[in-house]
Amino acid sequence: MTNTTYTVIFYLFAAITVFSAVFVVFSRNVIYSAFSLLFTFFGVAALYVFLSADFIAVTQIIVYVGGILVLLLFGVMFTNKIMMTDLKTDVLNLVPGLVLLVAITGGLIYTFLTRSEWFTTVEQLQGSVVERIGFETMSRYVLPFEMVSILLLLALIGAAFLARFDNSAKSNEK
Amino acid sequence: MNTGLLLPNSFPFVMSTSLNAWSDALSDLYLLGLPLGLVIIAAIPLVFIALYALTYGVYGERKISAFMQDRLGPMEVGKWGILQTLADILKLLQKEDIVNKSADKFLFVIGPGVLFVGSFLAFAVLPFGPAFIGADLNVGLFYAIGIVALEVVGILAAGWGSNNKWALYGAIRSVAQIVSYEIPAAIAILCGAMMAGTLSMQQFNLLQEGPYGFVHFYLFQNPIAWLPFIIYFIASLAETNRAPFDIPEAESELVAGYFTEYTGMKFAVIFLAEYGSMFMVSAIISIVFLGGWNSPLPNIGSVALNDWTSGPVWGAFWIIMKGFFFIFIQMWLRWTLPRLRVDQLMHLCWKVLTPFAFVAFVLVAVWEIYVK
Repeated sequence: MTNTTYTVIFYLFAAITVFSAVFVVFSRNVIYSAFSLLFTFFGVAALYVFLSADFIAVTQIIVYVGGILVLLLFGVMFTNKIMMTDLKTDVLNLVPGLVLLVAITGGLIYTFLTRSEWFTTVEQLQGSVVERIGFETMSRYVLPFEMVSILLLLALIGAAFLARFDNSAKSNEK
Repeated sequence: MNTGLLLPNSFPFVMSTSLNAWSDALSDLYLLGLPLGLVIIAAIPLVFIALYALTYGVYGERKISAFMQDRLGPMEVGKWGILQTLADILKLLQKEDIVNKSADKFLFVIGPGVLFVGSFLAFAVLPFGPAFIGADLNVGLFYAIGIVALEVVGILAAGWGSNNKWALYGAIRSVAQIVSYEIPAAIAILCGAMMAGTLSMQQFNLLQEGPYGFVHFYLFQNPIAWLPFIIYFIASLAETNRAPFDIPEAESELVAGYFTEYTGMKFAVIFLAEYGSMFMVSAIISIVFLGGWNSPLPNIGSVALNDWTSGPVWGAFWIIMKGFFFIFIQMWLRWTLPRLRVDQLMHLCWKVLTPFAFVAFVLVAVWEIYVK
């Protein structure tokens, strides 16, 4: 494909991401917001593909669309007030908000410009990215990987404990 | 997009064969500066789904179910009722497209669309033989099992948009079922990925190529491979809402589940999506465990059955036939086994399939590292 095609497709996905994200925030129907998030997640996945991060893109779809979005939809469906939620658009705390905004944006831009190592040349990827991710996870980043695993396991056990059928309380009632 | 194909450890003969020759040639086809070839590549799986769903899916399933129950099935339209599907399509086209007054119009309309797109997107990485694949991603298998997530959202949109208790219950059951069974299915597929050491669909096929046909398939290469194979098959039945896991559309409880309110072509699209994902899971299990487009026939001395039945056209034949074989088993089970209850379904997933999938995972890993 030519460069123009790539550019057109890139801006298409960027527009989908941004407009669906805007819709998530400004829609007055919670369920539409949740479904609109689907397009945001897909748009972000497509942007990852443009960065040659295909593994991350698919992981994004599995984790965010398959996991978080479905959980969110379930949660939304159990809420009482779905239609016509009042949007809170009041401007509160103008001065602290502005200070915080400028500080965070400035800090981020400063960090981006000074700390990050930008690729100044086009680098050809060697071989499969998946293998590199596997090797790095199991060698250099094995400690964070294990810590995240333990955290997730704890969350799983905690959730199972909370949702457990309470036998003792049931038998006390009788 | 074929960067993943050229792994550092890929064999010399892999490079020399004209892999993906047809789809590469098609992708370079331009008409008036527009990428016509890419459109054709996307259209081929679509036409395939439509043709197979109409012939084997609808007519075949009716006939097979009829023979299993000692009936004749459709016999009126045409000889042996072969034109029955055509009559069905005409009927579906004429049906009124009803949208409930109290339905959520937008979600009701996009629901079947999202569902079908989710089912169809997986076909992008499905190799129809050695010469044709939509996109030979190096994360092809991961993509194929992950994109199912979109179907889940489509089902929820359809169920919620219908504004009907049966539809909503059906959708919630269906989603709970698909999300739960993704876990044993993914672990079982991971066992296959460990055997191959890759996630690329074409690489999977190439690694199972060999002169002795079925002997090279992963199902017969590893003494524990039957366990993830069976786990994935059972889990794939649940993921496609097929019997005995069709509680989302249990007629006796929920009328028709999440598509209760759908009529006409929207109903047809939902069914097309279901047939699409049925073929997709069958193709995935064939590629991971049964060699995909490789011929199962062995070379016996000078009778080179394997060489005679290999090639681009034969490859397409084998992958489609393997897919159809598993779809036949899915139909067979539908008319044999009774439906599970919701609690039995969750019990099977979390207390039976998932532990066994972990056991299979460990055993396959031990075999691959220490024995092989």
